[in-house]
Amino acid sequence: MTGAAMFLIKKLSSLATVVFGVLLLTFLLIHLVPGDPVEVMLGESANMADREALRADLGLDKPLIQQFGSYLAKLAHGDFGRSIHTKTPIIDLIKTRYPATVKLAVLSLIIGLIVGVPLGIYAALKANHWQDFIVTIVSVRLSAMPAFWLGPMFMLIFAVWWGWLPVSGMEPNTSIILPAMTLGFGLSAILTRMTRTSLLEVLNDDYIRTARAKGLSEKTVIFRHALRAALLPIITIVGLQMGSLLAGTVITETIFSWDGIGRLLVESIEKRDYPVTQACVLIVALSYVLVNLLTDILYQLADPRVRRA
Amino acid sequence: MKKFSYSILGSWLIAVVLGHLLQLNPNAIDLNVILSQPTTSHLFGADDLGRDILARILSGVEVSLIVALIVTVVSLGIGVLVGLLAGFYGGRVDAVLMQITDVFLAFPGILLAIAFAAVLGPGIGNLIMALCLTGWVSYARLTRGQTMSLRNRQHVQAAESLGASVPRLLFRHILPLLASILVVEATYSLASVMIAEASLSFLGLGIQAPNASWGAMLRDAVRYMLVAPHYVLIVGGCLMSLILAINLGGDHLRDTLDVRKEVS
Repeated sequence: MTGAAMFLIKKLSSLATVVFGVLLLTFLLIHLVPGDPVEVMLGESANMADREALRADLGLDKPLIQQFGSYLAKLAHGDFGRSIHTKTPIIDLIKTRYPATVKLAVLSLIIGLIVGVPLGIYAALKANHWQDFIVTIVSVRLSAMPAFWLGPMFMLIFAVWWGWLPVSGMEPNTSIILPAMTLGFGLSAILTRMTRTSLLEVLNDDYIRTARAKGLSEKTVIFRHALRAALLPIITIVGLQMGSLLAGTVITETIFSWDGIGRLLVESIEKRDYPVTQACVLIVALSYVLVNLLTDILYQLADPRVRRA
Repeated sequence: MKKFSYSILGSWLIAVVLGHLLQLNPNAIDLNVILSQPTTSHLFGADDLGRDILARILSGVEVSLIVALIVTVVSLGIGVLVGLLAGFYGGRVDAVLMQITDVFLAFPGILLAIAFAAVLGPGIGNLIMALCLTGWVSYARLTRGQTMSLRNRQHVQAAESLGASVPRLLFRHILPLLASILVVEATYSLASVMIAEASLSFLGLGIQAPNASWGAMLRDAVRYMLVAPHYVLIVGGCLMSLILAINLGGDHLRDTLDVRKEVS
């Protein structure tokens, strides 16, 4: 147990510096605005009083260190500031938008796993046959295609031509399918490739030969012996891919008008509502850091070799 | 497969040159052909303002390639420098530099580029800056790891004991051995920079009208998908062919230079 505790302490301390860096970088974002950020946000026609009010509200009239300090202090209380345009507290915007993104990401992950892992197993079992060749070619090439290509193609086929699903929007149950497919298919292509490689590697191990030699059925060898070891690296891959999945939600939500945090980010950029932009970037980045931590912990729990070490 | 990929890349280059020779105007507006299907005078049809899609595709790929080349070269320069310094000096220099790259890596995918592009404002210059600000990290990581192992090679230590200066050690004795690995990395990143550029333009953060860009064209095409599905198919098809060709070319280059046998 001490090993696990040590691992957790080490992990958390390196995490702390990364989180601090992420906070610093997102805080500095607003200072990268060329010229006067207040003028950019309010437009040139804004009167002096409004400008000074916003400047004081954002704390831009104080020294940089002090600004960062109060930024952190506010964040600690869950205060992300207010939207410049609607004056709503940003935390409320995030509370309404974030669940939609999580829902989309989880469904995409499920689609990716359901499609990718079985295809990978199939390709590995048919290794070097034509079935393997086709699966591999398609998955390698599909994983290179960006979401803003896959999304419109799905939209064209399933919504415009066949009319099975809504083109975009937030209709319950149906609207989520196309964006989730867009994100899930990219993920499944990578998972197919990884599952195939991983399973093929394991199938060459000595203990698989032993299992076969003692007369176990091929089904038992594959599903009880090989697959358990082969799927371990998949946990890490899924964790790493959650990053591109989260970033992909920005584009995918915009394509399909899905009201998640990614679309909120793009809308805030269009309105030059920088405090909202800042908050969205921070939330997505922190989600990614958290997912990576969970992946590491999950891997520890799943792999008996790592657990003992 | 490799012939296939190079012939696609070659055709794109020839098409761009031909576009220049024929003086195709990507911004000429003809209101009579708005969103028209492909015809003999407009081989790929026309867009929502009656501009020739083929001319805009060719002008877009040119801009996109130039942006990707600049971003790749600049990111490579910064990344290699950071990586060499971190790997060569080790210790505190390494710790600080790697801490910084870790923070950049904590932002998933193109999120940070989106954030930079958002605050810097739209336009090609800012787009390039946003992509460079995030693009150097992978080169830095790669170079650092390789430099750390090369630093203890005998030829480096021999040069060091003969009194070679640090820049000489870095650029004459270490960097040449990294060249092939960096070339392959740069080829792959060319494709990913083009995708990132198109993603930002798709979101309206990159190349601005009236300049053509595939990302912005795809966004318009999605908007008019119901009335002119050929628009989205053509832009999507072109994008797919180029990305696949660059990736296949990268695979071939990797096999040729054989960098999977990393320097040890």
